Amino acid sequence: MLQSIPLEYYLVIAAIIFTIGTIGVLTRRNAIIIFMSIELMLNSVNLTLVSFSSFFGDSAGQVFVFFVMSVAAAEAAIGLAIVLALFRAKKTVYVDEVNILKW
Amino acid sequence: MAIIAIASAILTIASRHAVRSAMALVVHFFMLSGLYLTLNAQFLAVLQILVYAGAIMVLVIFVIMLLNVGDEEKSKNQFQAKQYIAVGLAVTFSLVLVSMFIANFNVRQFDPAMSISAGTVQSLGKELFTNFLFPVEAIAILLTAAIVGAIVLAKRKLN
Repeated sequence: MLQSIPLEYYLVIAAIIFTIGTIGVLTRRNAIIIFMSIELMLNSVNLTLVSFSSFFGDSAGQVFVFFVMSVAAAEAAIGLAIVLALFRAKKTVYVDEVNILKW
Repeated sequence: MAIIAIASAILTIASRHAVRSAMALVVHFFMLSGLYLTLNAQFLAVLQILVYAGAIMVLVIFVIMLLNVGDEEKSKNQFQAKQYIAVGLAVTFSLVLVSMFIANFNVRQFDPAMSISAGTVQSLGKELFTNFLFPVEAIAILLTAAIVGAIVLAKRKLN
């Protein structure tokens, strides 16, 4: 099964998913959906790391994916806490209605 | 599997309602876990379902339910032009990326025996506790700091 799938296949899938995540971050207004798009981008990078790691037979890449996952978990907790605090203060989750940092 | 992964990723950013896009994202995470299995990365496939589809998505859905946000309505100000520019830039970026991958890589011969040993819990655990011992400790401190920070942010009144 594995010999039939070339490395480029995985890399192209990862690039497409990364682009979808980028479009999501740039176009959506809901902060939670922007958040999920960031998760999409992180996951596509993980896919690239895993595919290189297993194509070169080196487990360091997969260890790195492990670290990326734990940082993503920490980021999810913090980010959702920020969204909660934002909603409590401004009664909105739409990022274009939040301008308290604008001068 | 890749097609379902890409389709659910598109559904994630395209659907108006946050809950629907969260469900599409769960499907996407499962498909990605299947892709890891085809790459002989069993440990990461399990971890993907546990951490992403389990922990992170529960957190996201919990926040969506808590905030009770409805359908996203159209923005009032001139947001559309900016959106089209953003999508155009992103598509150009992806085309550059894909063409680079297709043009520059000579297909490397794949050795299944090597990758099977690379993806097991045994070899990953050995790497984690020998070469990557310091990063593991640093991640532990980071996660502790994140928990404390999340509690502080969620408790305090913002004014």
